[in-house]
Amino acid sequence: MSIDCPVYQVQNLHLSLADMTQKSFFGSAPQINILKDISFDIMKGEVLGIVGGSGSGKSTLGRTMIRLLEPSQGRIFFEGQDITHLPEENLRPLRHRFQMIFQDPMSSLNPRRKVGRIIEGPLKLHGFDRISERMAEALDLVGLPRSFQGRYPHELSGGQRQRVGIARAIATRPDFILADEIVSGLDVSSQAQVLNLLADLVRELGLTLAFISHDLAVIRRLCSRVLVLKHGQIVELSTTERLFEAPSSDYTRELLNAIPLPDPDQIWATN
Amino acid sequence: MMKPFLSIKNLTVSLKSSKEPLLRSVSLDLAAGNVLGLVGESGAGKSMIGKAILGILPQAVEITAGEIWLNDQELLRKPAKERRKFIGASTALIPQDPLTALNPSRRIGPQITERLVDILDWKKDAALARALELLNEVQIPDPERVMHSYPHEISGGMRQRILIASAFAANPKLIIADEPTTALDVTVQKQILHLIADLQARHQTSLLFVTHDLGVVSKVCQHLSVLYAGKVIEASEIRDFFKNPKHPYSRALLAATPKYNDPASSLTPVPEEVIAEVEAEIFAPRTECSHVN
Repeated sequence: MSIDCPVYQVQNLHLSLADMTQKSFFGSAPQINILKDISFDIMKGEVLGIVGGSGSGKSTLGRTMIRLLEPSQGRIFFEGQDITHLPEENLRPLRHRFQMIFQDPMSSLNPRRKVGRIIEGPLKLHGFDRISERMAEALDLVGLPRSFQGRYPHELSGGQRQRVGIARAIATRPDFILADEIVSGLDVSSQAQVLNLLADLVRELGLTLAFISHDLAVIRRLCSRVLVLKHGQIVELSTTERLFEAPSSDYTRELLNAIPLPDPDQIWATN
Repeated sequence: MMKPFLSIKNLTVSLKSSKEPLLRSVSLDLAAGNVLGLVGESGAGKSMIGKAILGILPQAVEITAGEIWLNDQELLRKPAKERRKFIGASTALIPQDPLTALNPSRRIGPQITERLVDILDWKKDAALARALELLNEVQIPDPERVMHSYPHEISGGMRQRILIASAFAANPKLIIADEPTTALDVTVQKQILHLIADLQARHQTSLLFVTHDLGVVSKVCQHLSVLYAGKVIEASEIRDFFKNPKHPYSRALLAATPKYNDPASSLTPVPEEVIAEVEAEIFAPRTECSHVN
């Protein structure tokens, strides 16, 4: 696997949206800057963690990268191609190459569709051949029995539902996956299972992954590099090892100190 | 141990339709002014215990056996009306999701005061004054403004503070906190947990703390009970538990909890053998559960 080629290049990215709460009856609403001057690369085969508190802009950054949102300034390159302002019809042929796994599987899986149809959805949309075969392979890859294709999402546990979300994302064999807080709704045992599965898939399929989370403990297990966001700005971008050994920003230290370890003797005072 | 304030004895809750038990002869004790953690995976029945105490079990389930003692009074044998009045006056709930617990179309103020006025017969001014005092106590800046705000106008952390204020409003003797910080990020979670612990200590409230996060339990609780499939499989003092978890399932749960400060810690899901072992113990009749003390 070549590791030199960046899958994503993000350069001086800005995103502002209209603040509708401040809009007067006449005239336009003021803009609020959500992402401010963000630049980074993601290399092939890398797992990049994106961390920050709620409202820091992590999900907005992720959604801008896969062009669910259009940036106001700056540029985004996907495998060398400028996708910053690409119109939807030109994005469509690229979309199967960057997929997303959502936080809440209950609201991102259609409750009226069986698992098989859910996973086949993107395959049909992008005009793949051998659809049911690919769907069955995706189920195999996430470790769900093939018989699950006949079940509805409500018949599955939280961890199983999240596996369906993963299966749908990998069915089109993407180069890049954005995983947005995908284990925060799960209890520790299912969380461990899903994370291990994701780590295996990254290795087996040569995936590149951006993993959004507010939980640094989870990041440590999965990611090779970590980007820390605060108020829409990058406050730290370093290798996972360095981030945990010697965090350079106060905000990172604050995030680390806030994690309750399973240890009653940990000093956990408010700062 | 001093006389428990809350004592649950052999509580069994089952589905009305299939008679399938959801809580299997659960017993636990909570001393006055103490914090007891209820830990388990999703579906273990943690929240069900809280709901049984508060008398808000879903329609589809019923209590088939057991006793719930609160302050030397048995709840389940009381007439329904009297029971509701007693529970309403002495307990409160801090729910998991503040956005669904607050009415989105009403201002914050009346949502805190109405329980005091309508149910506990407080005077309106007194309730209003108490609400302001509480919002100060939970460190909400500019409480007057917040009282006039709608839930969507304030942040998730603030909403959770409001619900905490609301829970402590009528000086309850027992508070049930049902995963109160799962929806929050770590820094806000830390503030909220400190706040709950402070208020609990100051008012000497007994607290039943439901969570799946062993990290959180180690910070707030003095005792914990581990549940699996509606059964208490281990009940321990907090330091004993983290030093020496007795049940293999507890050990596996602890191993599955991520520890950011330990690069060697691997995330190990609870192994199949352990699940098989604990299930054999629960579902095989007449096997004494040896790990409960």
